[in-house]
Amino acid sequence: MDTTDVPQEGSATYGGHLKAMYARNPDGRLVLVQSRGWEVEETVTRQAVLAFEELAAAALERVRAGQSAPLEVHMYRARMDVSVLAQASGLWRWQVRRHLRPAVFARLSKALRARYAQVLGIEPDQLDVID
Amino acid sequence: MSAIVRHYGLPFSEPMAFGLSSALTFAFLPFIKISGQPLVSYRMPPRTILRGLQKPLRFSMRTETFRRPEDGMARLDQLLDAGQVVGLQASVFWLPFMPPDFRFHFNAHNLLAFGRDEASGDYLLSDPVLEEPVRCASADLAKARFARGLLAPKGLLYYPAHAPQEPAWEQAIPAAIKKTTRNMLRTPLPFIGVRGINRVARAFERLPAAANPQATKLYIGHLIRMQEEIGTGGGGFRFMYAAFLEEAATRMARPALAELAAQLVEIGDLWREFALATARMIRDRDPLDPAHLATLLRAQAAREKTFFTSLEKAVRRS
Repeated sequence: MDTTDVPQEGSATYGGHLKAMYARNPDGRLVLVQSRGWEVEETVTRQAVLAFEELAAAALERVRAGQSAPLEVHMYRARMDVSVLAQASGLWRWQVRRHLRPAVFARLSKALRARYAQVLGIEPDQLDVID
Repeated sequence: MSAIVRHYGLPFSEPMAFGLSSALTFAFLPFIKISGQPLVSYRMPPRTILRGLQKPLRFSMRTETFRRPEDGMARLDQLLDAGQVVGLQASVFWLPFMPPDFRFHFNAHNLLAFGRDEASGDYLLSDPVLEEPVRCASADLAKARFARGLLAPKGLLYYPAHAPQEPAWEQAIPAAIKKTTRNMLRTPLPFIGVRGINRVARAFERLPAAANPQATKLYIGHLIRMQEEIGTGGGGFRFMYAAFLEEAATRMARPALAELAAQLVEIGDLWREFALATARMIRDRDPLDPAHLATLLRAQAAREKTFFTSLEKAVRRS
C-alpha cells in the first residue's frame, strides 16, 4: 500500500479518532500514516454491532409477548450472549438460561439481581426497565 | 510495548518490537469462541510479545495479577508514583474513551498508564488503538481491569524490573526472524501458520452460504474484523512486519531483507484485497460466494509459504 492509497473515508465507527497504518512513501520506505477509516473495516464493524442490535430487538419482542425476561434484552444491549454473561457473572450457563424465563426472573433474589446489574453496568432497579 | 522501552531512553520502534519478539503469525483456533465466532489471530498475544522482548533487550518484565480490584488499583498508584510506566490488560468494553462501535467483550486488550491527574484522580493512558493519550476515571479503569470471562485480565499489570539495554542486533534479529519463519512454516499444529490459512479456506468452503447467508456473512466478516480492526497497520500486521524487515536491513546492512520487505508489502496489499472482496459480499454488491474467498485464501497461503521460505534462506545465508 502506498501512502497515497491509505484510505481516508471517515468511518463513523472510529468516532472521530484516527488510526495509524504503515504504508510505502514515494521513496519506497514504510512510514506511519494516519487513516480516517476504511469502508471495508466500517462494514465489518457495523455488521458485528448490528448483529447484537438485531438480537436485542428480537428479545424485546419476546419480552413484550411474555416469552422472555428483560434480562435477555439487557444482555444483548451489553453486547453479551449467554456464555459471556455466565462467565462474567460467575454463574453456570444453564442458570443464566433459566433466569431468562419470565417466571424465574420475577423471583430472582436481591443478591443475584445485584450481581447481574453489576456485570451489565446498570443499577439493580433498571433490570426491569427495557425501554 | 515499544513505548515502555523508549521510556528508558532507548530508540526503539513499534515494528522493531513486533519483529524482535517474533510476533507475526497466523492462528485459527475454531475451538475457542469469541461471541460464537472462532478465534483468529494474525499476531501473538501481547504477553508473548512482552516475553519475547526480554531476551534480546536483556531485561526482565515483572508481571502481577490481583485477586481484589482494590489491591490492583493501589499497586498501580504506587508504581505510577514511583515514576514507572505500567502496561495494563483490560476489557475493551468497559473503557469509556473507546469509540462505542469498538466496544466488545474482548478482554485481552493492552494499554499503557503513564500518570495520574492529581485534581480529578483520572489516569492518563496511552491506547494503541487511538493516536492521542486519553484519560480514564478510576472506577471505570478498575472495572475494565477486573472484567471476568474468557482471557480475564485479573488486573494484570507489567513493568520492567530494570532498564532494558541496547540489543545485540547482529544476533537478535536473525534469531527472531528464524523463530517467525519456523512458526509460519513448520509448526506441528495444523491450525498455525501457513497451514492455518489453508484450514480457514477449508472452513470457508464448508459454510452454508445458500442455507444460512446471515451466519455465513457473520463468519467471514469476523475474519476481516480480526484482520483489519485489531491493532495498527492493517493487512493483518503484514505491513508492520515489512517495516521491521526494512529497519533490520538498514541495521544489519543486508539489502536482501529490504527486497523481502517489498514482497511482504505486496502480500499485505493482497490481504487487503481479500478484505475488500469479503466486504463486497457482505454488502451484497457481489454474490455471496465463500468458495471464491477460499481460493483467494489458498493463494495467500501459497504466497506466504514462498515468502517465508525465502526469508528463511536469506537469514541462513549469513
